[in-house]
Amino acid sequence: MAFGPFLLLALMEGLVTAAVLALAASGLSLVFGVMRVVNVAHGEFYMLGAVLAWAVTTMIPGPPALAFLAAVLIAPVLVAALAAAADGLILKRLNYDPEATIVATIGLLYILQQAALSLYGPNANPVTAPFEWRIQLPWFGYSGYKLFVVLAAGLVLLGLWLFMTRTKAGLVMRATQVDRSTAQAFGINVDRVYMGTFALGAGLAALAGVLIVPIQQAQYLMGHDPLLLSFIVVIIGGLGSLRGTLIAALVIGLSDGVISMFFTPTLAKILATLLVAMVLVFRPQGLFGARA
Amino acid sequence: MALEVRGLTAGYGPVTVLRGVDFRAEAGQITCLMGRNGVGKSSFLKALMGLLPATAGTIALDGTPLHGLPAHEIPRHGLAYVPQGRRLFGPLTVAENLAVGGLVHGNDTATLAQVLTLFPRLRERLDQTAGTLSGGEQQMLAIARALCLRPRVLLLDEPTEGLQPSMIALIQEAILSLKAGGVAVVLVEQRVDAVLKLADRVAFMVAGQVAETMPVKGLTVDAEVFRTYVGV
Ligand SMILES: Nc1ncnc2c1ncn2[C@@H]1O[C@H](COP(=O)(O)OP(=O)(O)O)[C@@H](O)[C@H]1O
Ligand SMILES: [Mg+2]
Repeated sequence: MAFGPFLLLALMEGLVTAAVLALAASGLSLVFGVMRVVNVAHGEFYMLGAVLAWAVTTMIPGPPALAFLAAVLIAPVLVAALAAAADGLILKRLNYDPEATIVATIGLLYILQQAALSLYGPNANPVTAPFEWRIQLPWFGYSGYKLFVVLAAGLVLLGLWLFMTRTKAGLVMRATQVDRSTAQAFGINVDRVYMGTFALGAGLAALAGVLIVPIQQAQYLMGHDPLLLSFIVVIIGGLGSLRGTLIAALVIGLSDGVISMFFTPTLAKILATLLVAMVLVFRPQGLFGARA
Repeated sequence: MALEVRGLTAGYGPVTVLRGVDFRAEAGQITCLMGRNGVGKSSFLKALMGLLPATAGTIALDGTPLHGLPAHEIPRHGLAYVPQGRRLFGPLTVAENLAVGGLVHGNDTATLAQVLTLFPRLRERLDQTAGTLSGGEQQMLAIARALCLRPRVLLLDEPTEGLQPSMIALIQEAILSLKAGGVAVVLVEQRVDAVLKLADRVAFMVAGQVAETMPVKGLTVDAEVFRTYVGV
């Protein structure tokens, strides 16, 4: 393949990575921004999304598109409910102490992972894509589903942005993020905001897991990479900044696609980590984060 | 209608700051709270709002007990708070700050219009982020945000601290118009002239207690109580 088409292919692959990453990372960023909780178990919510998508699609007979649609609707909601329970049972009891919650979410990571191993097993299982349509470019054919993932993630993120900026619930979340005690003085039930935020953050990770699973099989250890990459994206973009998270996801996703294809995936990860180190040294609040 | 506080005790962790505060504020009156730095004036307002948990004592509004309620329930009973240092939601716009103030009542447009009539300057800046306003405008917004709650009791913690005289006059007028509207105003104020101009009654705090409460009528700038409790 000539250089031009090869680069195009790399960019398209990078865009898919960026889309899924942006979804997962925006959940992590939201939870940190509003709750000041660094959720180390975030990748496990992604994994659960994928595993539940497999479970739902195998249980529902009929055309793959219908089964997949059911998975898209059911898996994130189940994971969000699980996260809401974890918030009430664990984080709230720790008073959302920043350090204690890091340790607690490490524990949650292993609980969820081992639960998945026990119930789902060690194997990786594929989920059939909802459609097999391929787009035929002059130089190569490309999966229509992957383009759908980019489009779907874009729409969800647009919806998230509208939710945060245009709705009462979004306003309440942003006010709580700025000043929790003043928010309370105006009638905001901070406990409820935190529970909703943690559920929403987990739901976004789970949705990313559902979308990826027709491309990458569901497996109980699959949460590691997205956790690491989400942290990279959130640190570069600025903790708690949604806009920064999106831009950083694009940068990391696209460069990952291009470097992986022209050189090696390992080099892509090395460079991403190097970028994080530089950001931490020279601009610790992230490229778009405001200093609190 | 009155806010009635008896024996309110509260603190930060193991440190007790309020040691049995007795206090009363009447509707349509301005009750000032004076005392030297660190005596617990701000802590008292925080305790009234449920932001500082009370370990003993009672708070009642028209006989309805408020002590022990979660903080987010307090504003539903008609208490609004203008904290010291304003504590605006800086990255949010003026309109959004006001919308947070109106959450309790579902943000009716009539209240918002009324509040903006009191502070027309804010109407021109509705889409500006609160953090970029001037000091005086920020203080107006802090008061306007509280008024969106349609309060029965308004707690103001040094609302004219650090403002220029023209702005102070504007804010004092707003406070007087609230009093005329029947609001029970609790005003923490350090300036004697302001207290004499605005207050109906003044309570003096010393070391976490209200030492003395009296009508303002008849007091002058050189009154002995001001020297004793505020040191002027
Ligand atoms: N967040 C806090 N944590 C611990 N102690 C505090 C805190 N805020 C105030 N204090 C202490 O409580 C006392 C009363 O403070 P404050 O209520 O702010 O006084 P005032 O408003 O009368 O100047 C002071 O000794 C102060 O150091
Ligand atoms: Mg004070």
